[in-house]
Amino acid sequence: MLELRNITRHQAEEVFLDDISLCMQRGELNILLGPTLAGKTSLMRIMAGLDKPDSGELLFDGVSVLGMAVQKRNVAMVYQQFINYPSLTVFENIASPLRVARVEKSQINRQVAEVAELLQMTQVLDRTPDTLSGGQQQRVALARALVKKADLVLLDEPLANLDYKLREELRAELPALFAAMGAVLVYATTEPTEALVLGGNSVCLHHGRVEQFGSTLELYRTPVSLRSAEIFSDPPLNSAKVECVAGKLAFARSQQQIGLNIEQIPDGSYTLAVRPHHLSRERAGLDDIEVKGSVSVTELTGSETFVHFSMEDNSWVALLHDVQNFAVASTVVFYVELQHLFLFDSDDALVEWHSTIKS
Amino acid sequence: MALDNKKLKMASIQLQSLAHRYPSAADYALRSMQQSWNDGGAYALLGPSGCGKTTLLNIISGLLRPSEGRVLFDDFDVTDLTTEQRNIAQVFQFPVVYDTMTVADNLAFPLRNRGIAKNEIEKRVADTLQMLDLQGRANERARSLTADDKQKISLGRGLVRTDVQAILFDEPLTVIDPHLKWQLRTELKKIHQRFQHTMIYVTHDQTEALTFADQVIVMYEGAVVQIGTPQQLFETPEHTFVGKFIGSPGMNVLPCEIDGSEAVFAGKKFSLNTAVDNRGARFELGIRPEHITLSQSEGMPLTVTALEDVGRHVIVRGEIAGTALCALVKDGVAIPENPCVSFDSARINLYADDYRVGSGRGD
Repeated sequence: MLELRNITRHQAEEVFLDDISLCMQRGELNILLGPTLAGKTSLMRIMAGLDKPDSGELLFDGVSVLGMAVQKRNVAMVYQQFINYPSLTVFENIASPLRVARVEKSQINRQVAEVAELLQMTQVLDRTPDTLSGGQQQRVALARALVKKADLVLLDEPLANLDYKLREELRAELPALFAAMGAVLVYATTEPTEALVLGGNSVCLHHGRVEQFGSTLELYRTPVSLRSAEIFSDPPLNSAKVECVAGKLAFARSQQQIGLNIEQIPDGSYTLAVRPHHLSRERAGLDDIEVKGSVSVTELTGSETFVHFSMEDNSWVALLHDVQNFAVASTVVFYVELQHLFLFDSDDALVEWHSTIKS
Repeated sequence: MALDNKKLKMASIQLQSLAHRYPSAADYALRSMQQSWNDGGAYALLGPSGCGKTTLLNIISGLLRPSEGRVLFDDFDVTDLTTEQRNIAQVFQFPVVYDTMTVADNLAFPLRNRGIAKNEIEKRVADTLQMLDLQGRANERARSLTADDKQKISLGRGLVRTDVQAILFDEPLTVIDPHLKWQLRTELKKIHQRFQHTMIYVTHDQTEALTFADQVIVMYEGAVVQIGTPQQLFETPEHTFVGKFIGSPGMNVLPCEIDGSEAVFAGKKFSLNTAVDNRGARFELGIRPEHITLSQSEGMPLTVTALEDVGRHVIVRGEIAGTALCALVKDGVAIPENPCVSFDSARINLYADDYRVGSGRGD
């Protein structure tokens, strides 16, 4: 188990990582999700022992590893750029950490064969990396991390340099691979879709702070903060400022009533938010709320439609499961079921209101 | 001779018997093609790495001279012209920005180079800044910007001129964060709708290609395998590669047999719109995961091997008679314990040796 306690790190004048506490179990995948500069790589470098925090504690299986030399800890890292030894064969590339550790020859042969089998690389063991595709080269780098049987495996956007379609294939393969490793796995990505496909647990990171940590699907379904909902939304989350007076909600800009009464929440400003695929052209229930806007652009993918429209001066996008074209500047109406409506308070914290609503 | 850079209309692009083989290579990087792309069109070149899309873009921009064939802009042969003489704007994957200049000066640079009047430069720079949401940073030095903002400036430099023949984009959003990617992609689409520039956009990302382009050119192993609207590529992929490459997950391609005007998969018969001559070809039936329905008891029993909940839908992976396939189930729809699947038969495509030869008739 890897445990981070109140890890803080400053760089120049700025706080880079702010009071991060996390617990990560063996055999579980932990995804660090957040935009560039959220602190993902900085945090991984501390986990690996490459950098030291200014304060806080780092424990592995209950033992502090902060002062320990990187070489003494059994850590493997895979980076965005495929790093392989160009002059060595795939076999020797995978075997290299075992040779360094002076593992016996027959055992090296066995371990490399095992990992190669798992990553479907048996056929290319005699080749050099430059004769392989990008996807295969990254598999070699993954295999080298796996063969070490490291206690901690850190993967920093390992698929970012690969073709879209290859990413899709590897994403589907990775969960089974990770499950077989029994290490503490940490995986950084900027892409919500990737996190969802990989599953496991996710940490939503923003400006060096943990917004939320929990099961990936749970985070997606129940974000505790507006920030967390935004980080975990692709296409981007739709949101609008609303005012609540005596339980009645109205859009802040137009003062237009939303038709939603929540008597249990105090008067004040809130943010209403909804994911793009929860906007529908048809009304599903009588209490659905209605949103209206002017179309700015329609994107058609051949199977789906992204309708971008201006809603109360906010840029909103609806994802429709078929192909429909909308003229620029035409008015569109969408419906949202109440169960899909998020409400965040003025501190951007989630307001639990669904259980209190009367139907 | 340089092309007239004063004209506002952009160019149509023709590729005549174009092919390319790199000097030391045994094989063609680009196999012979005949293409005609319209003035004002938005085109995407889509394919995996190594398919030849960047080679093709470099030939159009003049960075590379083709070993065979001609490139024409509006019937004017530009094959032997340099990039500069062709008068095109280019945006690359990584930012091309002068760090010591301000944001505004970076945008003004391509205009000043062309001796455009000062007040016209100011107007265009202001328009471009607004388009990219960078008004507040006009006077900052580019050095202080994030990688994302730098790439925005690169885009701006490509878009600031209105007198170019075409704008070429080489994976311009690959290094951009997902959220900004949405914003910039829609901006590009809006810009195209407003100005009708001839735009050619190279990418391996199907979402970018499909949402950006009117016509998507799918490339595979140095050849164009299909040109079509996003809808055509989705509904009637002409090659199994296109079917698998477009869509997430891609089309299921299932081995089948032909019985007159019916395709038979796992003992189930599907009517075809044409009788297919069974002349020893390898037949496959294509059905998209979106067009497979799960139910409690109707259709073919599916052995489920994995469920992937990706938020807006669940990908159901399974097997029928030893053949792997997957289906999509929308968020909120229940998935039966031991599901059966049925195909929307009108959405079936039939392939012989990977090429489309027919489609399902529907019931």
